[in-house]
Amino acid sequence: MSTPARTGAPGAVDAGSATGGDSARNDRPHALAGSRPRRTLPAPRWGRLALALVVPVTLLSAWHLATAVTGVFAPHQLPAPASVWQAAVELATWDRGPNLWTHVQISTQRVLLGFTLGAALGLAVGAVVGLSRLGDALLSGTFGAVRAVPSLGWVPLLVLWMGINEDSKVTLIAIGAFFPVYTTVASALRHVDKHLVEAGRAYGLRGTSLLVRVQLPAATPAVVSGLRLALAQSWLFLVAAELIASSMGLGFLLIDSQSNGRVDRILLALVVLAVLGKLTDALLGMAERRLLRRF
Amino acid sequence: MAITTPTTVRSHPAHPVSIQGVGRTFPARDRKGAGTQVLADVDLEVGAGEIVALIGASGCGKSTLLRQVCGLDTPTAGRILIDGSPVNGTDERCAVAFQEPRLLPWRTLAQNVSLGLPRGTDRGAGRQRVHELLELVGLGACTHYRPRQVSGGMAQRASLARALARNPGVLLLDEPFGALDALTRLRMQDLLLDVHAAEPATVLLVTHDVDEALYLADRVVLLGRPSGAEPHAPSGVQTVVTVPGSRPRDRGDAELAHLRAGLLDGLGVPTHHQTTT
Repeated sequence: MSTPARTGAPGAVDAGSATGGDSARNDRPHALAGSRPRRTLPAPRWGRLALALVVPVTLLSAWHLATAVTGVFAPHQLPAPASVWQAAVELATWDRGPNLWTHVQISTQRVLLGFTLGAALGLAVGAVVGLSRLGDALLSGTFGAVRAVPSLGWVPLLVLWMGINEDSKVTLIAIGAFFPVYTTVASALRHVDKHLVEAGRAYGLRGTSLLVRVQLPAATPAVVSGLRLALAQSWLFLVAAELIASSMGLGFLLIDSQSNGRVDRILLALVVLAVLGKLTDALLGMAERRLLRRF
Repeated sequence: MAITTPTTVRSHPAHPVSIQGVGRTFPARDRKGAGTQVLADVDLEVGAGEIVALIGASGCGKSTLLRQVCGLDTPTAGRILIDGSPVNGTDERCAVAFQEPRLLPWRTLAQNVSLGLPRGTDRGAGRQRVHELLELVGLGACTHYRPRQVSGGMAQRASLARALARNPGVLLLDEPFGALDALTRLRMQDLLLDVHAAEPATVLLVTHDVDEALYLADRVVLLGRPSGAEPHAPSGVQTVVTVPGSRPRDRGDAELAHLRAGLLDGLGVPTHHQTTT
Protein backbone atom coordinates (compact mmCIF):
# COMPACT_ATOMS: atom_id res chain seq x y z
CA MET A 1 0.00 0.00 0.00
CA SER A 2 2.66 2.50 -0.91
CA THR A 3 0.21 4.50 -2.98
CA PRO A 4 -3.20 5.32 -1.60
CA ALA A 5 -5.91 3.18 -3.12
CA ARG A 6 -8.04 5.00 -5.67
CA THR A 7 -11.42 3.96 -4.41
CA GLY A 8 -11.00 4.07 -0.68
CA ALA A 9 -13.55 1.34 -0.14
CA PRO A 10 -14.47 0.83 3.50
CA GLY A 11 -13.50 -2.79 3.18
CA ALA A 12 -9.85 -1.99 2.70
CA VAL A 13 -7.67 -3.89 5.08
CA ASP A 14 -6.65 -1.97 8.13
CA ALA A 15 -3.27 -2.99 9.27
CA GLY A 16 -3.83 -2.18 12.90
CA SER A 17 -0.78 -2.13 15.08
CA ALA A 18 -1.24 -3.76 18.39
CA THR A 19 2.41 -3.69 19.17
CA GLY A 20 3.43 -0.91 16.82
CA GLY A 21 6.77 -0.93 15.10
CA ASP A 22 6.69 -3.47 12.33
CA SER A 23 3.13 -2.95 11.19
CA ALA A 24 2.86 0.78 11.83
CA ARG A 25 4.21 1.44 8.36
CA ASN A 26 1.09 -0.01 6.83
CA ASP A 27 -1.19 2.45 8.52
CA ARG A 28 -1.44 4.75 5.56
CA PRO A 29 -4.86 6.26 5.10
CA HIS A 30 -6.21 4.83 1.92
CA ALA A 31 -9.03 7.11 0.95
CA LEU A 32 -7.20 10.30 0.07
CA ALA A 33 -7.89 10.01 -3.61
CA GLY A 34 -11.43 8.87 -3.01
CA SER A 35 -12.29 11.96 -1.03
CA ARG A 36 -12.60 14.04 -4.19
CA PRO A 37 -15.36 12.47 -6.21
CA ARG A 38 -15.99 15.61 -8.28
CA ARG A 39 -13.23 14.76 -10.72
CA THR A 40 -15.44 12.92 -13.13
CA LEU A 41 -14.78 15.28 -16.04
CA PRO A 42 -11.20 14.83 -17.17
CA ALA A 43 -10.95 18.43 -18.39
CA PRO A 44 -9.42 21.02 -16.05
CA ARG A 45 -11.16 24.26 -15.11
CA TRP A 46 -10.89 25.98 -18.52
CA GLY A 47 -12.31 22.99 -20.32
CA ARG A 48 -15.30 23.03 -18.00
CA LEU A 49 -15.83 26.73 -18.63
CA ALA A 50 -15.73 26.13 -22.37
CA LEU A 51 -18.34 23.39 -22.02
CA ALA A 52 -20.56 25.66 -19.94
CA LEU A 53 -20.38 28.33 -22.65
CA VAL A 54 -21.56 26.02 -25.46
CA VAL A 55 -25.27 26.53 -24.84
CA PRO A 56 -25.22 30.33 -24.33
CA VAL A 57 -23.13 30.84 -27.46
CA THR A 58 -25.46 28.60 -29.48
CA LEU A 59 -28.51 30.49 -28.22
CA LEU A 60 -26.91 33.83 -29.04
CA SER A 61 -26.10 32.68 -32.58
CA ALA A 62 -29.64 31.40 -33.09
CA TRP A 63 -31.01 34.71 -31.85
CA HIS A 64 -28.76 36.61 -34.21
CA LEU A 65 -29.79 34.36 -37.11
CA ALA A 66 -33.49 34.71 -36.40
CA THR A 67 -33.43 38.49 -36.17
CA ALA A 68 -30.61 40.29 -37.97
CA VAL A 69 -29.89 37.71 -40.70
CA THR A 70 -33.17 36.10 -41.71
CA GLY A 71 -35.62 38.56 -40.16
CA VAL A 72 -38.08 35.92 -38.92
CA PHE A 73 -38.95 38.25 -36.03
CA ALA A 74 -39.69 41.92 -36.48
CA PRO A 75 -37.50 44.28 -34.41
CA HIS A 76 -40.46 45.41 -32.29
CA GLN A 77 -41.07 41.79 -31.29
CA LEU A 78 -37.54 40.60 -30.81
CA PRO A 79 -34.69 43.01 -31.47
CA ALA A 80 -31.34 41.67 -32.61
CA PRO A 81 -28.51 41.06 -30.10
CA ALA A 82 -26.66 44.00 -31.60
CA SER A 83 -29.50 46.41 -30.82
CA VAL A 84 -29.68 45.12 -27.24
CA TRP A 85 -25.98 45.85 -26.97
CA GLN A 86 -26.61 49.32 -28.40
CA ALA A 87 -29.34 49.84 -25.83
CA ALA A 88 -26.85 48.85 -23.14
CA VAL A 89 -24.27 51.34 -24.38
CA GLU A 90 -26.91 54.04 -24.69
CA LEU A 91 -28.27 53.41 -21.19
CA ALA A 92 -24.83 53.19 -19.64
CA THR A 93 -24.09 56.72 -20.80
CA TRP A 94 -27.63 58.06 -20.24
CA ASP A 95 -27.72 61.51 -18.69
CA ARG A 96 -31.45 62.30 -18.67
CA GLY A 97 -32.29 60.18 -15.66
CA PRO A 98 -30.95 57.15 -13.87
CA ASN A 99 -28.52 55.23 -16.08
CA LEU A 100 -27.75 51.53 -16.21
CA TRP A 101 -25.17 51.68 -13.43
CA THR A 102 -27.59 53.43 -11.10
CA HIS A 103 -30.17 50.72 -11.75
CA VAL A 104 -27.66 47.94 -11.11
CA GLN A 105 -26.26 49.63 -8.05
CA ILE A 106 -29.56 50.31 -6.33
CA SER A 107 -30.89 46.83 -7.10
CA THR A 108 -27.75 45.13 -5.80
CA GLN A 109 -27.85 47.26 -2.68
CA ARG A 110 -31.47 46.30 -2.00
CA VAL A 111 -30.74 42.63 -2.52
CA LEU A 112 -27.68 42.62 -0.27
CA LEU A 113 -29.43 44.53 2.51
CA GLY A 114 -32.58 42.44 2.37
CA PHE A 115 -30.66 39.18 2.09
CA THR A 116 -28.41 39.96 5.05
CA LEU A 117 -31.35 40.99 7.21
CA GLY A 118 -33.54 38.04 6.24
CA ALA A 119 -30.75 35.48 6.46
CA ALA A 120 -29.66 36.67 9.91
CA LEU A 121 -33.22 36.48 11.21
CA GLY A 122 -33.69 33.11 9.53
CA LEU A 123 -30.58 31.77 11.24
CA ALA A 124 -31.72 32.99 14.64
CA VAL A 125 -35.32 31.78 14.45
CA GLY A 126 -34.27 28.55 12.72
CA ALA A 127 -31.82 27.83 15.53
CA VAL A 128 -34.52 28.38 18.18
CA VAL A 129 -37.02 26.14 16.40
CA GLY A 130 -34.45 23.49 15.53
CA LEU A 131 -32.87 23.22 18.95
CA SER A 132 -35.62 23.71 21.47
CA ARG A 133 -38.74 21.65 21.65
CA LEU A 134 -40.55 24.57 23.23
CA GLY A 135 -39.46 26.86 20.40
CA ASP A 136 -40.63 24.30 17.87
CA ALA A 137 -44.04 23.93 19.50
CA LEU A 138 -44.45 27.69 19.91
CA LEU A 139 -43.22 28.96 16.57
CA SER A 140 -43.16 26.39 13.80
CA GLY A 141 -46.90 26.43 13.19
CA THR A 142 -47.10 30.20 12.96
CA PHE A 143 -44.08 30.54 10.71
CA GLY A 144 -45.41 27.76 8.51
CA ALA A 145 -48.62 29.73 8.03
CA VAL A 146 -46.81 33.01 7.38
CA ARG A 147 -44.63 31.22 4.88
CA ALA A 148 -47.72 30.11 2.98
CA VAL A 149 -48.56 33.74 2.12
CA PRO A 150 -47.54 34.35 -1.52
CA SER A 151 -44.80 36.95 -1.76
CA LEU A 152 -46.83 39.55 -3.63
CA GLY A 153 -49.50 39.37 -0.96
CA TRP A 154 -47.24 41.38 1.30
CA VAL A 155 -46.86 44.30 -1.08
CA PRO A 156 -50.06 46.28 -0.32
CA LEU A 157 -49.51 46.02 3.40
CA LEU A 158 -45.84 47.00 3.22
CA VAL A 159 -46.60 49.95 0.96
CA LEU A 160 -49.36 51.16 3.28
CA TRP A 161 -47.25 50.80 6.39
CA MET A 162 -43.89 51.90 5.14
CA GLY A 163 -44.66 53.86 2.01
CA ILE A 164 -43.02 53.59 -1.39
CA ASN A 165 -39.43 53.79 -0.26
CA GLU A 166 -36.39 51.67 0.41
CA ASP A 167 -37.73 50.23 3.67
CA SER A 168 -40.68 48.50 2.11
CA LYS A 169 -38.55 46.99 -0.67
CA VAL A 170 -35.79 45.80 1.63
CA THR A 171 -38.40 44.33 3.97
CA LEU A 172 -40.05 42.40 1.15
CA ILE A 173 -36.67 41.00 0.08
CA ALA A 174 -35.85 40.13 3.69
CA ILE A 175 -39.11 38.17 3.89
CA GLY A 176 -38.06 36.34 0.75
CA ALA A 177 -34.60 35.53 2.14
CA PHE A 178 -35.87 34.59 5.58
CA PHE A 179 -37.83 31.45 4.77
CA PRO A 180 -35.28 29.33 2.91
CA VAL A 181 -32.74 29.97 5.66
CA TYR A 182 -35.23 29.43 8.47
CA THR A 183 -36.48 26.15 7.01
CA THR A 184 -33.08 24.62 6.26
CA VAL A 185 -31.50 25.70 9.54
CA ALA A 186 -34.37 24.43 11.66
CA SER A 187 -34.48 21.07 9.92
CA ALA A 188 -30.70 20.65 9.81
CA LEU A 189 -30.34 21.34 13.52
CA ARG A 190 -33.24 19.04 14.31
CA HIS A 191 -31.60 16.22 12.38
CA VAL A 192 -28.02 16.44 13.62
CA ASP A 193 -26.74 12.89 14.14
CA LYS A 194 -27.95 11.92 17.62
CA HIS A 195 -24.88 9.77 18.13
CA LEU A 196 -22.56 12.73 17.66
CA VAL A 197 -24.59 14.84 20.06
CA GLU A 198 -24.48 12.08 22.64
CA ALA A 199 -20.73 11.71 22.19
CA GLY A 200 -20.42 15.46 22.73
CA ARG A 201 -22.47 15.21 25.91
CA ALA A 202 -20.39 12.27 27.13
CA TYR A 203 -17.33 14.51 26.82
CA GLY A 204 -18.84 17.22 28.96
CA LEU A 205 -20.27 19.53 26.28
CA ARG A 206 -23.65 21.08 26.95
CA GLY A 207 -25.65 24.15 26.02
CA THR A 208 -23.64 26.69 24.07
CA SER A 209 -20.47 24.63 23.87
CA LEU A 210 -22.44 21.70 22.43
CA LEU A 211 -24.08 24.06 19.91
CA VAL A 212 -20.81 25.64 18.82
CA ARG A 213 -18.68 22.51 18.74
CA VAL A 214 -21.10 19.87 17.49
CA GLN A 215 -24.52 21.02 16.34
CA LEU A 216 -23.65 24.08 14.26
CA PRO A 217 -20.72 22.48 12.41
CA ALA A 218 -22.83 19.42 11.70
CA ALA A 219 -25.54 21.64 10.22
CA THR A 220 -23.17 23.82 8.20
CA PRO A 221 -23.60 22.16 4.79
CA ALA A 222 -27.37 22.48 4.97
CA VAL A 223 -27.15 26.05 6.22
CA VAL A 224 -24.94 27.08 3.32
CA SER A 225 -27.27 25.59 0.74
CA GLY A 226 -30.13 27.39 2.49
CA LEU A 227 -28.23 30.65 2.09
CA ARG A 228 -27.81 30.06 -1.62
CA LEU A 229 -31.51 29.39 -2.01
CA ALA A 230 -32.22 32.55 -0.04
CA LEU A 231 -30.02 34.62 -2.31
CA ALA A 232 -31.83 33.40 -5.41
CA GLN A 233 -35.13 34.15 -3.70
CA SER A 234 -33.88 37.67 -2.85
CA TRP A 235 -33.44 38.52 -6.53
CA LEU A 236 -36.90 37.17 -7.21
CA PHE A 237 -38.45 39.37 -4.54
CA LEU A 238 -36.39 42.35 -5.69
CA VAL A 239 -38.01 42.33 -9.09
CA ALA A 240 -41.43 41.87 -7.50
CA ALA A 241 -40.80 44.90 -5.30
CA GLU A 242 -39.46 47.08 -8.06
CA LEU A 243 -42.10 46.14 -10.60
CA ILE A 244 -44.79 47.53 -8.36
CA ALA A 245 -43.48 50.74 -6.99
CA SER A 246 -40.10 52.25 -7.75
CA SER A 247 -38.31 54.95 -9.69
CA MET A 248 -34.98 53.17 -10.03
CA GLY A 249 -33.62 49.64 -10.25
CA LEU A 250 -33.75 46.80 -12.73
CA GLY A 251 -37.39 46.00 -11.99
CA PHE A 252 -38.26 49.63 -12.68
CA LEU A 253 -36.28 49.42 -15.93
CA LEU A 254 -38.42 46.42 -16.90
CA ILE A 255 -41.79 48.06 -16.23
CA ASP A 256 -40.68 51.41 -17.65
CA SER A 257 -39.47 49.79 -20.86
CA GLN A 258 -42.71 47.86 -21.12
CA SER A 259 -44.74 51.09 -21.13
CA ASN A 260 -42.36 52.64 -23.68
CA GLY A 261 -42.33 49.54 -25.86
CA ARG A 262 -38.53 49.22 -25.57
CA VAL A 263 -38.14 45.46 -25.98
CA ASP A 264 -34.38 45.89 -26.34
CA ARG A 265 -34.19 47.37 -22.85
CA ILE A 266 -36.41 44.65 -21.43
CA LEU A 267 -34.03 42.04 -22.82
CA LEU A 268 -31.10 44.03 -21.48
CA ALA A 269 -32.61 44.11 -17.98
CA LEU A 270 -33.24 40.35 -18.11
CA VAL A 271 -29.66 39.64 -19.18
CA VAL A 272 -28.28 41.88 -16.45
CA LEU A 273 -30.47 40.16 -13.86
CA ALA A 274 -29.26 36.76 -15.05
CA VAL A 275 -25.63 37.83 -14.89
CA LEU A 276 -25.96 39.45 -11.46
CA GLY A 277 -27.85 36.47 -10.02
CA LYS A 278 -25.32 34.02 -11.37
CA LEU A 279 -22.42 36.15 -10.17
CA THR A 280 -23.63 36.48 -6.59
CA ASP A 281 -24.51 32.78 -6.50
CA ALA A 282 -21.05 31.89 -7.79
CA LEU A 283 -19.48 34.00 -5.04
CA LEU A 284 -21.50 32.16 -2.41
CA GLY A 285 -20.64 28.89 -4.14
CA MET A 286 -16.95 29.67 -3.86
CA ALA A 287 -17.34 30.42 -0.16
CA GLU A 288 -19.29 27.18 0.20
CA ARG A 289 -16.58 25.08 -1.44
CA ARG A 290 -13.94 26.66 0.73
CA LEU A 291 -16.00 26.07 3.84
CA LEU A 292 -17.03 22.53 2.99
CA ARG A 293 -13.62 21.29 2.00
CA ARG A 294 -13.46 19.92 5.52
CA PHE A 295 -16.67 17.96 5.38
CA MET B 1 6.22 0.91 21.49
CA ALA B 2 7.50 3.53 23.83
CA ILE B 3 4.89 4.50 26.34
CA THR B 4 5.43 7.70 28.22
CA THR B 5 3.41 8.48 31.26
CA PRO B 6 1.89 11.92 31.26
CA THR B 7 2.77 14.27 34.07
CA THR B 8 1.41 17.62 32.98
CA VAL B 9 -2.28 16.79 32.56
CA ARG B 10 -4.70 16.32 35.42
CA SER B 11 -5.34 12.64 35.82
CA HIS B 12 -7.79 10.51 37.74
CA PRO B 13 -6.50 7.43 39.53
CA ALA B 14 -8.48 4.27 38.85
CA HIS B 15 -11.76 4.53 40.75
CA PRO B 16 -13.87 1.72 42.19
CA VAL B 17 -17.43 1.58 40.87
CA SER B 18 -20.33 0.48 43.00
CA ILE B 19 -23.65 -0.38 41.39
CA GLN B 20 -26.32 -0.76 44.06
CA GLY B 21 -29.80 -2.13 43.39
CA VAL B 22 -30.01 -0.38 40.03
CA GLY B 23 -33.19 -0.63 37.97
CA ARG B 24 -34.37 1.11 34.83
CA THR B 25 -37.90 1.38 33.54
CA PHE B 26 -38.45 3.08 30.21
CA PRO B 27 -41.73 5.01 29.99
CA ALA B 28 -44.47 3.63 27.77
CA ARG B 29 -44.84 4.90 24.24
CA ASP B 30 -48.49 5.80 24.72
CA ARG B 31 -50.48 6.76 27.77
CA LYS B 32 -52.26 3.44 28.22
CA GLY B 33 -49.36 1.02 28.03
CA ALA B 34 -47.19 0.13 30.96
CA GLY B 35 -43.50 1.05 30.95
CA THR B 36 -40.87 -1.50 30.02
CA GLN B 37 -38.62 -2.52 32.85
CA VAL B 38 -35.24 -3.42 31.44
CA LEU B 39 -33.05 -3.72 34.54
CA ALA B 40 -33.91 -4.62 38.11
CA ASP B 41 -31.83 -4.99 41.25
CA VAL B 42 -28.43 -4.95 39.62
CA ASP B 43 -25.69 -5.11 42.20
CA LEU B 44 -22.05 -5.07 41.17
CA GLU B 45 -18.87 -3.97 42.86
CA VAL B 46 -15.95 -3.24 40.55
CA GLY B 47 -12.56 -2.75 42.14
CA ALA B 48 -10.18 0.06 41.16
CA GLY B 49 -8.19 -0.94 38.11
CA GLU B 50 -10.23 -4.04 37.46
CA ILE B 51 -11.44 -5.03 33.99
CA VAL B 52 -15.02 -6.29 34.06
CA ALA B 53 -16.84 -7.52 30.98
CA LEU B 54 -20.63 -7.34 30.75
CA ILE B 55 -22.16 -9.88 28.44
CA GLY B 56 -25.76 -10.71 27.70
CA ALA B 57 -28.26 -11.23 24.92
CA SER B 58 -29.09 -8.13 22.90
CA GLY B 59 -31.69 -5.94 24.53
CA CYS B 60 -30.82 -7.16 28.02
CA GLY B 61 -29.83 -3.68 29.18
CA LYS B 62 -26.06 -3.98 29.31
CA SER B 63 -25.50 -0.82 27.27
CA THR B 64 -28.09 0.97 29.41
CA LEU B 65 -26.16 0.00 32.53
CA LEU B 66 -22.95 1.30 30.98
CA ARG B 67 -24.58 4.58 29.98
CA GLN B 68 -25.83 4.96 33.54
CA VAL B 69 -22.32 4.69 34.95
CA CYS B 70 -21.20 7.70 32.91
CA GLY B 71 -24.39 9.66 33.49
CA LEU B 72 -25.79 9.57 29.95
CA ASP B 73 -28.79 7.76 31.43
CA THR B 74 -30.23 7.83 34.94
CA PRO B 75 -31.39 4.76 36.87
CA THR B 76 -35.03 4.77 37.96
CA ALA B 77 -34.09 2.77 41.06
CA GLY B 78 -30.95 2.28 43.09
CA ARG B 79 -27.76 4.26 42.73
CA ILE B 80 -24.30 4.19 41.24
CA LEU B 81 -21.23 5.39 43.10
CA ILE B 82 -17.86 6.13 41.63
CA ASP B 83 -15.15 6.28 44.26
CA GLY B 84 -17.86 6.62 46.89
CA SER B 85 -19.68 9.60 45.40
CA PRO B 86 -22.85 9.30 43.33
CA VAL B 87 -22.94 9.86 39.58
CA ASN B 88 -24.86 13.03 38.76
CA GLY B 89 -25.11 14.10 35.13
CA THR B 90 -22.32 13.27 32.71
CA ASP B 91 -19.42 12.47 34.95
CA GLU B 92 -15.98 13.79 34.13
CA ARG B 93 -14.29 10.89 35.92
CA CYS B 94 -15.57 8.60 33.16
CA ALA B 95 -14.80 8.31 29.48
CA VAL B 96 -16.79 6.35 26.92
CA ALA B 97 -15.89 4.70 23.65
CA PHE B 98 -18.95 3.69 21.64
CA GLN B 99 -19.54 0.90 19.20
CA GLU B 100 -19.19 3.39 16.35
CA PRO B 101 -16.19 5.75 16.46
CA ARG B 102 -18.49 8.82 16.61
CA LEU B 103 -15.71 11.17 15.58
CA LEU B 104 -16.66 14.66 14.44
CA PRO B 105 -16.17 14.48 10.66
CA TRP B 106 -15.04 18.08 10.27
CA ARG B 107 -12.19 17.73 12.75
CA THR B 108 -8.85 16.03 12.21
CA LEU B 109 -8.05 12.96 14.29
CA ALA B 110 -5.85 15.09 16.57
CA GLN B 111 -8.63 17.65 17.04
CA ASN B 112 -11.08 14.85 17.75
CA VAL B 113 -8.84 13.37 20.40
CA SER B 114 -8.40 16.79 21.98
CA LEU B 115 -12.17 16.91 22.52
CA GLY B 116 -11.58 14.34 25.23
CA LEU B 117 -9.08 16.44 27.17
CA PRO B 118 -10.35 17.47 30.60
CA ARG B 119 -11.63 21.03 30.76
CA GLY B 120 -9.01 23.59 31.65
CA THR B 121 -6.10 21.61 30.24
CA ASP B 122 -3.14 23.79 29.37
CA ARG B 123 -2.82 24.19 25.58
CA GLY B 124 0.73 23.00 25.12
CA ALA B 125 0.31 20.15 27.55
CA GLY B 126 -2.92 19.16 25.81
CA ARG B 127 -1.29 19.10 22.40
CA GLN B 128 1.54 16.95 23.70
CA ARG B 129 -0.89 14.59 25.40
CA VAL B 130 -2.93 14.19 22.20
CA HIS B 131 0.24 13.40 20.32
CA GLU B 132 1.30 10.82 22.92
CA LEU B 133 -2.09 9.13 22.78
CA LEU B 134 -2.17 8.96 19.00
CA GLU B 135 1.29 7.39 19.14
CA LEU B 136 0.03 4.97 21.76
CA VAL B 137 -2.78 3.74 19.52
CA GLY B 138 -0.46 3.62 16.51
CA LEU B 139 -1.82 6.68 14.69
CA GLY B 140 1.18 8.95 15.16
CA ALA B 141 1.53 9.44 11.41
CA CYS B 142 -2.14 10.21 10.82
CA THR B 143 -2.89 13.09 13.18
CA HIS B 144 -3.94 15.45 10.39
CA TYR B 145 -6.32 13.15 8.57
CA ARG B 146 -10.05 13.47 8.87
CA PRO B 147 -12.15 10.54 10.06
CA ARG B 148 -13.54 9.97 6.56
CA GLN B 149 -10.03 9.46 5.21
CA VAL B 150 -9.09 6.56 7.47
CA SER B 151 -10.34 3.01 7.87
CA GLY B 152 -12.87 1.86 10.44
CA GLY B 153 -10.22 0.31 12.65
CA MET B 154 -8.15 3.47 12.63
CA ALA B 155 -11.19 5.60 13.46
CA GLN B 156 -12.00 3.24 16.32
CA ARG B 157 -8.46 3.59 17.66
CA ALA B 158 -8.81 7.38 17.48
CA SER B 159 -12.04 7.03 19.44
CA LEU B 160 -10.19 5.02 22.09
CA ALA B 161 -7.49 7.70 22.21
CA ARG B 162 -10.18 10.33 22.72
CA ALA B 163 -11.54 8.38 25.69
CA LEU B 164 -8.04 8.04 27.14
CA ALA B 165 -7.41 11.77 26.70
CA ARG B 166 -9.83 12.30 29.55
CA ASN B 167 -7.44 10.44 31.87
CA PRO B 168 -10.50 8.65 33.13
CA GLY B 169 -10.78 6.92 36.44
CA VAL B 170 -13.36 4.68 34.81
CA LEU B 171 -13.14 3.70 31.17
CA LEU B 172 -16.44 2.56 29.65
CA LEU B 173 -16.34 0.60 26.43
CA ASP B 174 -19.64 -0.15 24.70
CA GLU B 175 -18.88 -2.97 22.24
CA PRO B 176 -15.92 -0.96 21.03
CA PHE B 177 -14.61 -3.61 18.66
CA GLY B 178 -17.96 -5.04 17.58
CA ALA B 179 -18.00 -3.45 14.15
CA LEU B 180 -14.44 -4.38 13.22
CA ASP B 181 -13.23 -7.28 11.14
CA ALA B 182 -11.97 -10.31 13.05
CA LEU B 183 -8.24 -9.63 12.67
CA THR B 184 -8.45 -5.98 13.57
CA ARG B 185 -10.54 -6.92 16.57
CA LEU B 186 -7.82 -9.21 17.91
CA ARG B 187 -5.22 -6.49 17.45
CA MET B 188 -7.42 -3.94 19.18
CA GLN B 189 -7.86 -6.27 22.14
CA ASP B 190 -4.11 -6.47 22.60
CA LEU B 191 -3.89 -2.72 22.18
CA LEU B 192 -6.44 -2.27 24.95
CA LEU B 193 -4.37 -4.47 27.25
CA ASP B 194 -1.23 -2.46 26.43
CA VAL B 195 -3.10 0.74 27.19
CA HIS B 196 -4.44 -0.67 30.42
CA ALA B 197 -0.96 -1.70 31.48
CA ALA B 198 0.39 1.77 30.66
CA GLU B 199 -2.48 3.76 32.16
CA PRO B 200 -4.48 1.60 34.52
CA ALA B 201 -8.12 2.61 34.82
CA THR B 202 -11.15 0.70 35.93
CA VAL B 203 -12.61 -0.75 32.75
CA LEU B 204 -16.22 -1.74 32.16
CA LEU B 205 -16.57 -3.45 28.82
CA VAL B 206 -19.84 -4.38 27.15
CA THR B 207 -19.41 -7.07 24.55
CA HIS B 208 -21.30 -9.70 22.59
CA ASP B 209 -18.19 -11.75 22.20
CA VAL B 210 -17.62 -14.33 24.95
CA ASP B 211 -14.06 -15.00 23.77
CA GLU B 212 -13.26 -11.31 23.95
CA ALA B 213 -14.68 -11.11 27.45
CA LEU B 214 -12.61 -14.08 28.63
CA TYR B 215 -9.47 -12.80 26.97
CA LEU B 216 -9.63 -9.30 28.41
CA ALA B 217 -11.48 -9.33 31.67
CA ASP B 218 -10.70 -10.16 35.29
CA ARG B 219 -14.34 -11.00 35.76
CA VAL B 220 -17.16 -11.66 33.34
CA VAL B 221 -20.68 -10.65 34.37
CA LEU B 222 -23.57 -12.33 32.62
CA LEU B 223 -26.65 -10.09 32.52
CA GLY B 224 -30.01 -11.59 31.69
CA ARG B 225 -33.40 -12.77 32.84
CA PRO B 226 -33.59 -15.45 35.49
CA SER B 227 -34.22 -18.85 33.90
CA GLY B 228 -37.91 -19.62 33.73
CA ALA B 229 -38.88 -15.95 33.90
CA GLU B 230 -41.42 -14.34 31.61
CA PRO B 231 -40.09 -13.12 28.27
CA HIS B 232 -40.37 -9.46 29.25
CA ALA B 233 -39.01 -9.74 32.77
CA PRO B 234 -36.21 -7.30 33.66
CA SER B 235 -32.58 -8.42 33.55
CA GLY B 236 -30.26 -8.77 36.46
CA VAL B 237 -26.84 -10.22 37.18
CA GLN B 238 -27.08 -13.96 36.47
CA THR B 239 -23.53 -15.18 36.87
CA VAL B 240 -20.20 -13.66 37.71
CA VAL B 241 -17.23 -15.64 36.45
CA THR B 242 -13.75 -14.90 37.71
CA VAL B 243 -11.38 -15.61 34.86
CA PRO B 244 -8.35 -17.60 35.99
CA GLY B 245 -4.76 -16.83 35.08
CA SER B 246 -3.11 -13.49 34.35
CA ARG B 247 -2.97 -11.52 31.12
CA PRO B 248 -1.91 -11.94 28.38
CA ARG B 249 -3.93 -15.12 28.25
CA ASP B 250 -3.64 -17.96 25.82
CA ARG B 251 -6.58 -17.59 23.46
CA GLY B 252 -6.76 -21.37 23.07
CA ASP B 253 -6.59 -22.29 26.74
CA ALA B 254 -8.66 -25.37 27.61
CA GLU B 255 -9.91 -23.99 30.90
CA LEU B 256 -11.13 -20.86 29.14
CA ALA B 257 -12.87 -23.05 26.59
CA HIS B 258 -14.72 -24.69 29.41
CA LEU B 259 -15.77 -21.34 30.90
CA ARG B 260 -16.78 -20.20 27.45
CA ALA B 261 -19.12 -23.14 27.07
CA GLY B 262 -20.69 -22.32 30.44
CA LEU B 263 -21.23 -18.65 29.52
CA LEU B 264 -22.64 -19.45 26.10
CA ASP B 265 -24.98 -21.87 27.78
CA GLY B 266 -26.07 -19.02 30.05
CA LEU B 267 -26.72 -16.92 26.94
CA GLY B 268 -28.95 -19.68 25.62
CA VAL B 269 -26.58 -20.91 22.91
CA PRO B 270 -25.84 -24.64 22.93
CA THR B 271 -22.13 -25.24 22.35
CA HIS B 272 -21.91 -29.05 22.02
CA HIS B 273 -18.86 -28.74 24.26
CA GLN B 274 -17.49 -32.01 25.67
CA THR B 275 -15.23 -32.00 28.68
CA THR B 276 -12.32 -34.39 28.26
CA THR B 277 -11.59 -35.93 31.63
